[in-house]
Amino acid sequence: MSNHDLILSVPAPARPWRERLGSAMPLLVLGPSLVASFVYVFVFTGWTLYISLSNSSLLPTYGFVGLDNYASLWANRRWNIAYNNLFLFSGFYIVGSMAVGLLLAILIDQRVRGEAAWRTIFLYPLAVSFIVTGTVWSWLYNPVDGIQALVRGFGWTSFSFALASDRHYAIYAVIITGVWQASGFAMALFLAGLRSVDQDLIKAAQIDGASTFRIYRKVLLPTIAPIFLAVAVIQIQFAIKTFDLVAALTKGGPGISTTFPAIYVYDLMFQRGQIGEGAAAAIMMLAALAVVLVPYSFWVVWRRRKEAGHG
Amino acid sequence: MSTLTIRSLRKNFGAVEVLKGIDLEAQNGEFIALVGPSGCGKSTLLAMIAGLESVTSGEIRIDGRLVNSVAPKDRDIAMVFQSYALYPTMTVRENITFGMESRRVPKPQQDEAVKRVAAFLQIEPLLGRKPGQLSGGQRQRVAMGRALVRDPKLFLFDEPLSNLDAKLRVDMRTEIKKLHNRVGKTTVYVTHDQVEAMTLASRIAVMHQGEVQQFDEPATIYNRPANMFVAGFMGSPAMNFLPAELSQEGGRPSVALQSADGKTASLPIVQALASDTPRQLILGIRPEHIYRFDPDLARRKPGIAQIDAVVELVEPTGAETMAVLRLGGKEITGRFDPDGTPRMGETVTLGIDMARACLFDPTTQRLI
Repeated sequence: MSNHDLILSVPAPARPWRERLGSAMPLLVLGPSLVASFVYVFVFTGWTLYISLSNSSLLPTYGFVGLDNYASLWANRRWNIAYNNLFLFSGFYIVGSMAVGLLLAILIDQRVRGEAAWRTIFLYPLAVSFIVTGTVWSWLYNPVDGIQALVRGFGWTSFSFALASDRHYAIYAVIITGVWQASGFAMALFLAGLRSVDQDLIKAAQIDGASTFRIYRKVLLPTIAPIFLAVAVIQIQFAIKTFDLVAALTKGGPGISTTFPAIYVYDLMFQRGQIGEGAAAAIMMLAALAVVLVPYSFWVVWRRRKEAGHG
Repeated sequence: MSTLTIRSLRKNFGAVEVLKGIDLEAQNGEFIALVGPSGCGKSTLLAMIAGLESVTSGEIRIDGRLVNSVAPKDRDIAMVFQSYALYPTMTVRENITFGMESRRVPKPQQDEAVKRVAAFLQIEPLLGRKPGQLSGGQRQRVAMGRALVRDPKLFLFDEPLSNLDAKLRVDMRTEIKKLHNRVGKTTVYVTHDQVEAMTLASRIAVMHQGEVQQFDEPATIYNRPANMFVAGFMGSPAMNFLPAELSQEGGRPSVALQSADGKTASLPIVQALASDTPRQLILGIRPEHIYRFDPDLARRKPGIAQIDAVVELVEPTGAETMAVLRLGGKEITGRFDPDGTPRMGETVTLGIDMARACLFDPTTQRLI
């Protein structure tokens, strides 16, 4: 009998309830939110998926109709415009806010005077809700009392700025507003990244004879590449669930030109009583998100493994 | 052929004076170590030589050319950083060629240079790897490779070994010494480790509070430190300082010290003293110049003085044993052979090698 066995054979004294409560405490505290997250995320997602395959109309019913809801969804022109808008908006919104954010971050990184003030100014739009942003920008875009009226008031009477009221360009008005709102956030992350880079790298590159442009392009930006990805992933989920910004800014119009999937889902489910088709549209949104996020999370896991492998 | 000359160089950060008139020079092929405690300005001085910090006043000349306002890239220098500063997203090869790439050196010439340096530092198998996949010692080599490939006028090292573990540090120290012997480039090396400075440098500048305290060869710095700061900083364990009074003993000058038994012992001074020597002195004795007294030793070494002391603490390190002794109301450290180690609590008769002792003026702290 080894020492190890000897220790194990000693009967464990009954643990006082206090100690038991102590060890159960993390589970008790986390329990409710774990259950809630599980129910809201997985159970409701599953339920939505199920309803999307059912003949539900005003209330959930469970007559199985297969992919009928999806078929009628994709036959609808408004949904196609919404889904197109989603990709158009997401693409421009993400690239635009990252480009503007990066530019701002690089400019602020030049040790400008009053840096904290600039940072606050550029970050501030993030503190404003999409509803407020949408409302304010809808005033700015409004030809009667917005930017157009202001410039005409200066005397340039032929000036025309009616982006939001033109059905071909209204989506760009939404994009510009979205970029305005989100680029401060991108800037904050990029700036934090640039500042976290070892300053010796910059000195080494200076001694190596690299220009400032080359230092950013070859040394700094590649070093903060993971931040680009993080920003993109955060922005993409904002983009896909875009609802309140559009609701406040253009209300999906003019006509149906700025309809977004989220608006469409809301419409089907709560205005027109077509819960089955609404659920199908919601599942399509989930699919759009999954196309991006699933590879990303696989990549993150793969990278973590690789790093762990190298110790 | 390349030299470095620094004349009354000053640096202010706002109201704070970081460097207060530095004079230094490095002959062609010399290895200069800048050593001092943190905050002494040594790294700032190096950054100024590199051109990464501006000059407040004074001048820096490389090969006689005034470079005060020359950009780092045009100074023809190479630098190895404490953090190595390897570009994390580039392979070792790209790290080494980045400088040549920036200077638009033709591709075949680049390949040639990389091959030469990689063979020289034995890093050929690492060329395709990223810095994150290298060990500390390998990164150190690559950082040196990046410096070497340029064949610059001046090599600058900013505490290159302080991120390595103790054993590797000793190995890399030897490597750097070998490297310098083979390449023979003028080098300025910043370190806070006095052992590195002693082993590597042809001349050492000991810095403290923005001033060069002493700039001389290692042996001189060690044996004849210019002041108490240098004496205390160089050497481990540090030099012992004992306040003592100057007196005459049988017509020869000596210093009086309180012995363990309460009596005053007088230690004869070997060196010649100037007439204006103050009566109150600081006697500086290095731990290795304290022996257990025996008549044999006194015969072999002239200038051994006897004094009794109580052993307070014994610290064996293996190769030698440090003993903390109480002498003249102060604690001093002696370095003993493990065979003759004194025991704790014992009263030993010490033989102090007065020929190697240093005397300091307590007011100016300068060597007498």
